[in-house]
Amino acid sequence: MIYADNAATTKISKSAADTMYSLMQETWGNPSSLYSFGQKAKEVLEKAREEIAAVIGADPKEIYFTSGGSEADNQAIRSAALLGAKKGKKHIISSAFEHHAVLHTLNKLEQEGFEVTLLDVHENGIVLPEQVEEAIREDTCLVTIMFANNEIGTIQPIRAIGEICRKKGVLFHTDAVQAVGHIPVNVRQDNIDLLSASAHKFHGPKGVGFLYAGKGIRLDSLIEGGAQERGKRAGTENVPGIAAMATALKEAAAGMEEKSARTKALRDLLIEGLRQIPHSALNGDAASRLPGNVNFCFEGIEGESLLLLLDDKGIQASSGSACTSGSLDPSHVLLAIGRVHDVAHGSLRLSIEDDLSEEEIGYIVQSVKEVVEYLRGFSPIWRDLMAGKKEFIL
Amino acid sequence: MALYSEKVMDHFRNPRNVGVLEDANGIGEVGNAKCGDIMKMYLKIEDDIIQDVKFETFGCGSAIASSSMATELIKGKPVSEAMQLTNKAVAEALDGLPAHKIHCSVLAEEAIRSALEDYHKRMDS
Repeated sequence: MIYADNAATTKISKSAADTMYSLMQETWGNPSSLYSFGQKAKEVLEKAREEIAAVIGADPKEIYFTSGGSEADNQAIRSAALLGAKKGKKHIISSAFEHHAVLHTLNKLEQEGFEVTLLDVHENGIVLPEQVEEAIREDTCLVTIMFANNEIGTIQPIRAIGEICRKKGVLFHTDAVQAVGHIPVNVRQDNIDLLSASAHKFHGPKGVGFLYAGKGIRLDSLIEGGAQERGKRAGTENVPGIAAMATALKEAAAGMEEKSARTKALRDLLIEGLRQIPHSALNGDAASRLPGNVNFCFEGIEGESLLLLLDDKGIQASSGSACTSGSLDPSHVLLAIGRVHDVAHGSLRLSIEDDLSEEEIGYIVQSVKEVVEYLRGFSPIWRDLMAGKKEFIL
Repeated sequence: MALYSEKVMDHFRNPRNVGVLEDANGIGEVGNAKCGDIMKMYLKIEDDIIQDVKFETFGCGSAIASSSMATELIKGKPVSEAMQLTNKAVAEALDGLPAHKIHCSVLAEEAIRSALEDYHKRMDS
């Protein structure tokens, strides 16, 4: 099996899994219990908080554990919106290609009377700091722009956007689910007020993540109940998951530079190989891009068929076609960078890591070539394109 | 549980009657690229019998499988019988389709019907 869908999820690391298992077996007390067995679990929890805070340059008191990236996004945005509303500020700025955890939360806020401006992300999939500056109004309470896009991997100018937000006195949230553990993220240097992350994207377990909220930013709780997480997130803490997340993040941070260089080299090899397929195009900026992200459109074919046939060849990937999104529209990310429907349906995302060999990259290229050619062989669109009845887009 | 039934995967992996019929006397194309599915059916009808049928499809796994199954269901059948083909019959023959993929079988029914209408039009003129 060649696993090339690390943007969907990653395999839990050995040490993170070991951490989890031993805690489940040995330190399974409730961190809220006052006897020493419970307090031992509390210690584990607080150590994880310190370790995670250290990796992203935060203070441990600024880290709140959640069930994952989506919850963190929801809580960050809702909290900032509530703070804004108290001051009569009900305008939020975001981008057109955010994750649905952000976009759907913003949709709800619109129904509740907020106004949302979604910035254009251009053909290369990058928001410019100037756009943010121009969009900020007197009543803007929040700017939320993702650190790196989950489909096309483009890295946003977060530090510059954060600087503008600081200057204008507007809260800045970033969904850093795809970035944390993969590229350097530092909340102080990058001028970030609120940040969401998810453990299973950096070889931690599923169902756990964290929200960073800078000092003085009052969070609104989504889940009411006990006083866990300083009253901002009720429910007995997922101690094994949280500790495993810290283990995975420390590991990812320690090996980042080397791993990133190796992954980038493989990514560029893969991009070069896939570019050879006629009437194809790379989606998203080639340079400001996550180390392992490759995303292509192939004209004349549909993505789901491509995925199923690649699966038969032992390659796991994903697509932004309508059939894989569960709606009639292809990926909103591809539409946001200006890909027309016809082409957006034929997309392929390969998100790799450095565990692949150059031979395996070659095998992926060869397999994609074969499958694309095969599917084009009985595609009525391809026939019309080849016959000159339709014009090629790519 | 897998996304698709064994039958769907079989017809997707080894589509029957795929390609073009140069001497087709009934051709139908339905769907559009915007929605991500296009099916084109080629029929060769003689003595009111569908002697041969081929298809070309741009679409997902179930769209390809539905096209393939639809061609199998009408091949060698009288035109009147082919006119009765329903999407339900296509989906059932495939041992079912996921709810959000039923439209693929509808498209297959429409493609066959469109090709038969084209044949009738040609016969009338």
